[in-house]
Amino acid sequence: MPNPSRASRSPRLSRRTFIRGGVSAFTLSFAAPAFLSDIAQAQGARARNLVVVYLAGGNDALSTVVPYQDPFYYSRRPTIAVPAGQVLQIGSDSAGRALGLHPRLTGLNEIFKAGRLAVIQRTGYANSSRSHFQGSDIWGTGDPALKVSDGWLGRYLATLPDDALLGWSATQELPRALSSRDVSVPAIPNAATYAFASPNVGAEAVRERTAATAIASHLPDDRPQLAFVNRTAQSAFATLDRVASVATYGGTVTYPNNGFATALRTVAGAIVRGVGTRVFWVQTGGYDTHSGQGAAGGGAYATLMSTLGDGLLAFYNDLRNQGALNDTLVLQFSEFGRRITENGSNGTDHGAGAVMMALGGGVRGGIYGTAASLDPAPSNPTLENGGGDVTYQTDFRSVYAKVLDDWLGASSPGVLGGDFRVGAPPIV
Amino acid sequence: MAVDHEHLGHVLRRAGFGASAAELSALDGMSTFEALAYVLNVDDQPDDVDSKIGQPDYINVTARGPFSPDSVIDDARQRWLFRMVHSRRPLQEKMALFWHNHFATAYSKIAGTFGTIQGAKMLALKEGALPGPQGQIETFREKGLGSFRDLLVEVARDPAMLVWLDGRTNTRQRPQENFGREVMELFTLGVGHYVEEDVYAAARVFTGWNLRLVGDPNTTAGYYEFAYVPGNHDTTAKTFTFPIYSDGSKTIPARAASAGMQDGIDFLTALATHPATAERLARRMWNFFVSEVIPPDPEYLRGAASIYFGNDTRIKPLVQYTLQSRWFQNPGNWHSRYAWPAEFAVRAVKEVGFLGFSVDNMRAPLTAMGQTLFEPPDVAGWELAQGWFSTGAMLSRMNFAATIAANQRFNLASAAASAKDSPDTFVQYFLDRLTPAPFDAESLDTMKAYLVDGGPWTGATAQLQTKGAGLARLIVGSAQYQVM
Repeated sequence: MPNPSRASRSPRLSRRTFIRGGVSAFTLSFAAPAFLSDIAQAQGARARNLVVVYLAGGNDALSTVVPYQDPFYYSRRPTIAVPAGQVLQIGSDSAGRALGLHPRLTGLNEIFKAGRLAVIQRTGYANSSRSHFQGSDIWGTGDPALKVSDGWLGRYLATLPDDALLGWSATQELPRALSSRDVSVPAIPNAATYAFASPNVGAEAVRERTAATAIASHLPDDRPQLAFVNRTAQSAFATLDRVASVATYGGTVTYPNNGFATALRTVAGAIVRGVGTRVFWVQTGGYDTHSGQGAAGGGAYATLMSTLGDGLLAFYNDLRNQGALNDTLVLQFSEFGRRITENGSNGTDHGAGAVMMALGGGVRGGIYGTAASLDPAPSNPTLENGGGDVTYQTDFRSVYAKVLDDWLGASSPGVLGGDFRVGAPPIV
Repeated sequence: MAVDHEHLGHVLRRAGFGASAAELSALDGMSTFEALAYVLNVDDQPDDVDSKIGQPDYINVTARGPFSPDSVIDDARQRWLFRMVHSRRPLQEKMALFWHNHFATAYSKIAGTFGTIQGAKMLALKEGALPGPQGQIETFREKGLGSFRDLLVEVARDPAMLVWLDGRTNTRQRPQENFGREVMELFTLGVGHYVEEDVYAAARVFTGWNLRLVGDPNTTAGYYEFAYVPGNHDTTAKTFTFPIYSDGSKTIPARAASAGMQDGIDFLTALATHPATAERLARRMWNFFVSEVIPPDPEYLRGAASIYFGNDTRIKPLVQYTLQSRWFQNPGNWHSRYAWPAEFAVRAVKEVGFLGFSVDNMRAPLTAMGQTLFEPPDVAGWELAQGWFSTGAMLSRMNFAATIAANQRFNLASAAASAKDSPDTFVQYFLDRLTPAPFDAESLDTMKAYLVDGGPWTGATAQLQTKGAGLARLIVGSAQYQVM
């Protein structure tokens, strides 16, 4: 979700003395290039990484991947349906259902044509939660019973040698998926503002940082609250210089001017500069489209699609130009799909089956799973809730399992707390 | 004297947002008893803080066009921060913040549903400033120390809550469970004290508790207000797994639609007077006022429950019991509460200084620290205590310390000039002014060494300005300042 209070940061504050000069001076004293490449090597730079893209609010999968030959799609969505003539045709699934991407997803269409976009239809789980909180927690933990508190990615990171930048949330808060009792993941939406500020400049700022680092080094046993905060402060100090190396990254392509694309450019910078991060989290909001979704493929939802597709294409091209595409897997999800029938305010309410996508140099592109028939007849097995919602076909945890096992080289049963490998779509 | 000073600081940090140098000197010499009475007897102090906005000697607000705290959310945020900094009723703002987290309601959903004007009005409208019912935060300010049962009823019919938890769409044809669930799970009993059947029944209880539009919602004159719609109410009986009435009956009887609003009143009264609610509130009070480091003392919980029930669920006696308790008074429990970002930033502004600074410059840092006022992450509120401290959030706290220290460089240097004799006296001045938790000797040595790093101590004005700002940044950015 765009954050108005960040956008309106006052001029005085933005001119405040971030000691970028001070940080580079500090870094130089350690001979920056060697320092960074040592870390990069230690962290196995150029090891594979995962970039999770979360569409917050419950994406309307039927507007993203349109079953444009299903007459019920048009009869149940008389206002908001994307006209068949506008969709970007991507062929038919194994059940013979013709599919098209939303017309504003030209960027993703390009990647699909290159064979590097996988579309996984009807992902979800039994008795899908229609609640944002529960739904995002379930997708975050990989546990529909919500007995587990750590996130699935947090549990994966906990299997790796500890490091302050193993995970990187390019959004303001730490998402549930990356939370872990054992691994601390920083939230860094913009590397340029993840910098140490001082009221003073130059050498004086460096002196102050030295003193601050020394003060934060104390972990008193008898005052656990101070020890805890100081551990966090230490982690911040430990990540500053590596993140600063990302702050200057401009990319080889022009990224769109929005928060989503800025976050993707930050992630690209971290990958290219080899800071050693294994899992990134990027999210973009506005998908809770209860009203004003837009008529006939236009409107608010179309804007969401442009933001998504254009941002991901820029990221894809940038990584390709940098030779990093083969190390990168983007995995997109949302907490649920939406109702099939449009509501009274040109929108859609919370539904069930969702669409996931994966893209990257190692992705086996194509269409996975089959589209639902949108016929509301009670006998239609692809729908649930009285024909109101799309029933899931592929357990989302089988996609997680595929990514963990065959992309990240982990052992998915251990991380996910169960064996979900059966039926996993072979996207990598 | 020093002990009293520290004790007073503890009371003002916990029951308020800390004290500016001027406030502290005005209160200095008060006995503990007097200090607690000053804090608790909110009505003895004038409620005049809003009239100070824009006056010299107060922190600034930043107006983009007309300052519109009743209809523009960022201005509402500014007004609330201004109140936290300057209110002569600090406990009133403190309790408003407490309830804002307890009944966590976010602007974005309301604005997304009814537009930005109604979003801001529903949360922040001061009664009488514009047509329409007062905003949710004003209800918390007005009733936050009164009866919890009354507050719960107000919240159930609060327009912002009716949007936030979808009560506005709750009808007998399509019961909406959102509020019915959360009022038990988060606002009163807690999980484990109800089952799914209770959720269904609770949803039916509140059928017909909807909203009515008056005027044009796209203007500041238009508004939504609570409306009980008899035709939308489910008139059949509702049975729960726990007692609703004092005779032990678990069933709310079938009632005529016209009288059906009483269902909700009966149900909320039952929730407010349930023992699990008393314990839950007491635990939250303990964590808010006493300690997040040690768990609630069982004796405290017993005492709190008895005070709560003995005073008709009124909150003020509960707060009074807590602040007068030996656990609150025990110096071992001072500095054992992780400061919320708003508490941290407001205290820093009060203690470091605010002349020439605008509350608007706190908004973006607060977001980076993880607390945007009027925008809790979900209905469960913010993740408190250690949950505030991601690395990015900690960095943001340190950087806010830098911002306020840089902004107050000259004020700090002149205020500290009397303590310029030596690094020792200079450090002591800042510790007294900023009231952090005690530092270990080594960290104090680090601070003194910092003062002479780069050149010997002279006490010259330029040195006071540079090192004073740097020292304020070190202390406000330290772990000792993140607890209160």
